[in-house]
Amino acid sequence: MLQPAITLSHVTKVFSTGTIALQDVSLTVGDGEFLSLVGPSGCGKSTILSLIAGLSLPTQGDLCWQIPEYRQELAFVFQDAALLPWSTVKENIRLPLKLAGISRAESDQLVDEAIELVGLTGFEKAFPRQLSGGMRMRASIARAIVTQPKVLLMDEPFGALDEITRNKLNEDVMQLWHQKRWTVIFVTHNIYEAVYLSTRVAVMGVNPGRIVDELQIDEPYPRSEAFRQSAQFGQYRHRLATALATGMGSVSIL
Amino acid sequence: MSRSRPMFPARRSLIQRIVSPDVLAPLGVGVLFLLAWDAFVQISGLPPYLLPRPGLVLQTLIDNWNELFASLMVTLQITVVAFLAAAISGVGISVLFTVNKWIERSLFPYAVILQTTPLVAIAPLIVIWLKENTFGALVLCAWIAAFFPVVANTTLGLNSVDRNLNNLFKLYNTNPWQRLIYLRLPSALPYFLGGLRISGGLSLIGAVVAEFVAGTGGAKSGIAYQILISSYNLQIPKMFAALLMVTSLGILIFIGLSALSDRLLRDWHESAIKPES
Ligand SMILES: Nc1ncnc2c1ncn2[C@@H]1O[C@H](COP(=O)(O)OP(=O)(O)OP(=O)(O)O)[C@@H](O)[C@H]1O
Ligand SMILES: [Mg+2]
Repeated sequence: MLQPAITLSHVTKVFSTGTIALQDVSLTVGDGEFLSLVGPSGCGKSTILSLIAGLSLPTQGDLCWQIPEYRQELAFVFQDAALLPWSTVKENIRLPLKLAGISRAESDQLVDEAIELVGLTGFEKAFPRQLSGGMRMRASIARAIVTQPKVLLMDEPFGALDEITRNKLNEDVMQLWHQKRWTVIFVTHNIYEAVYLSTRVAVMGVNPGRIVDELQIDEPYPRSEAFRQSAQFGQYRHRLATALATGMGSVSIL
Repeated sequence: MSRSRPMFPARRSLIQRIVSPDVLAPLGVGVLFLLAWDAFVQISGLPPYLLPRPGLVLQTLIDNWNELFASLMVTLQITVVAFLAAAISGVGISVLFTVNKWIERSLFPYAVILQTTPLVAIAPLIVIWLKENTFGALVLCAWIAAFFPVVANTTLGLNSVDRNLNNLFKLYNTNPWQRLIYLRLPSALPYFLGGLRISGGLSLIGAVVAEFVAGTGGAKSGIAYQILISSYNLQIPKMFAALLMVTSLGILIFIGLSALSDRLLRDWHESAIKPES
């Protein structure tokens, strides 16, 4: 069993509009874990991430950093790339280092490494509007990893991408995680992606937002295409799909 | 694709820009208008002291160029000083507004009052109060006319930061100063420049109005003085020539500020991006 890094106990989040985004959510994130959150739109996935990031506070319940140092070493990849439109790719990726007071000379090498890692070499001087959606997302990922975070929160980073690009970036993220042993919390709609990448998947239900099931994916890394084709992959997928369906239970779409 | 600057659209040459419909269409309208004007005066037989023909206006402008140009420079000085003051103070006031909601709440109404009070009504007071410093009085009037668009637009811009970017900066534990420099001011830049474009014209109008109010006194006399004197003396062609100069100056100011705005925003803001052909 992994050492717990972050625990949420009986967390409820009610927005001022009266929406109950999360109800009685308890979740433990292990140190070095790749945890995926899947669930229908509006079930509170983004809300969980913003609670963990400290961008909003729980209405009830506790959020506890079991490894307090990690709290300062957090990076967030937002649902849209959230790049500064007036800065070049390179300056966007340098931003967290600049804000932390690291000089250009010192940050240059780190920034170049991050750019190379996400495959944006040659586009350092391009502005975000000159990039494709996938490239923008990669710039956003580079900005997150340039600080060498301990905890990486990713909110549907590949939601808007085509399958080929998505697979490629999945591969990259998995390798990075495998190398660096970060703790990753990854939000997605995509069951394939969740099974392929994660050590564990938490399935969420809607109305109110809650966790309906958790599934451990016991498959060694690095994972390959063979895993995707295996019968076991199909079983995991099936279990997730069933859990998702129960989570949708109370909602009928006419 | 070059390595350093991928995918930049080629800049259009000067000739291409001049021959573009954006320039030709209004130019055509202008020429038609002048022809109609000329024909109208000729047919109706109006005397030049009521409505001079365009050719006469041009001739008068050339004949009186030195005198008129010197006056225009005086007005331009007032305009430029007032404009710079409006730009700088406008940004300063907007930043102050965003530091604390209470400052905005308590001061913004007064900015509106200053803006909505007719300048012609308060200009005489200002000219009297600053009797020993006419230049200062004129600048102050022009500033009052010009500063509000900068304040209103920049304040809006400073408050229009993208929510995700705001969260990003919160996440990085930034202090308010860093958020101002690296996030809010750049976000506000397009709004600020939009305000500047309006203020440029307004500072010229403000300067001319103030000169009118100040009257014919004062050793250094601006272009409004020329317009006034010409109309007293029924030198209507000269009056039109002076008017033509003011208008041209206004257009030049607008073009200059638009070019500045396009230059500063061309890499990233939708308003300044040239469509790909
Ligand atoms: N700032 C807010 N104010 C009011 N309600 C909000 C706010 N943010 C989210 N909500 C509500 O909380 C619920 C959960 O939202 P959240 O963004 O966490 O969903 P999500 O699971 O991330 O959905 P998606 O997959 O579509 O991104 C939704 O019903 C949403 O309307
Ligand atoms: Mg979301």
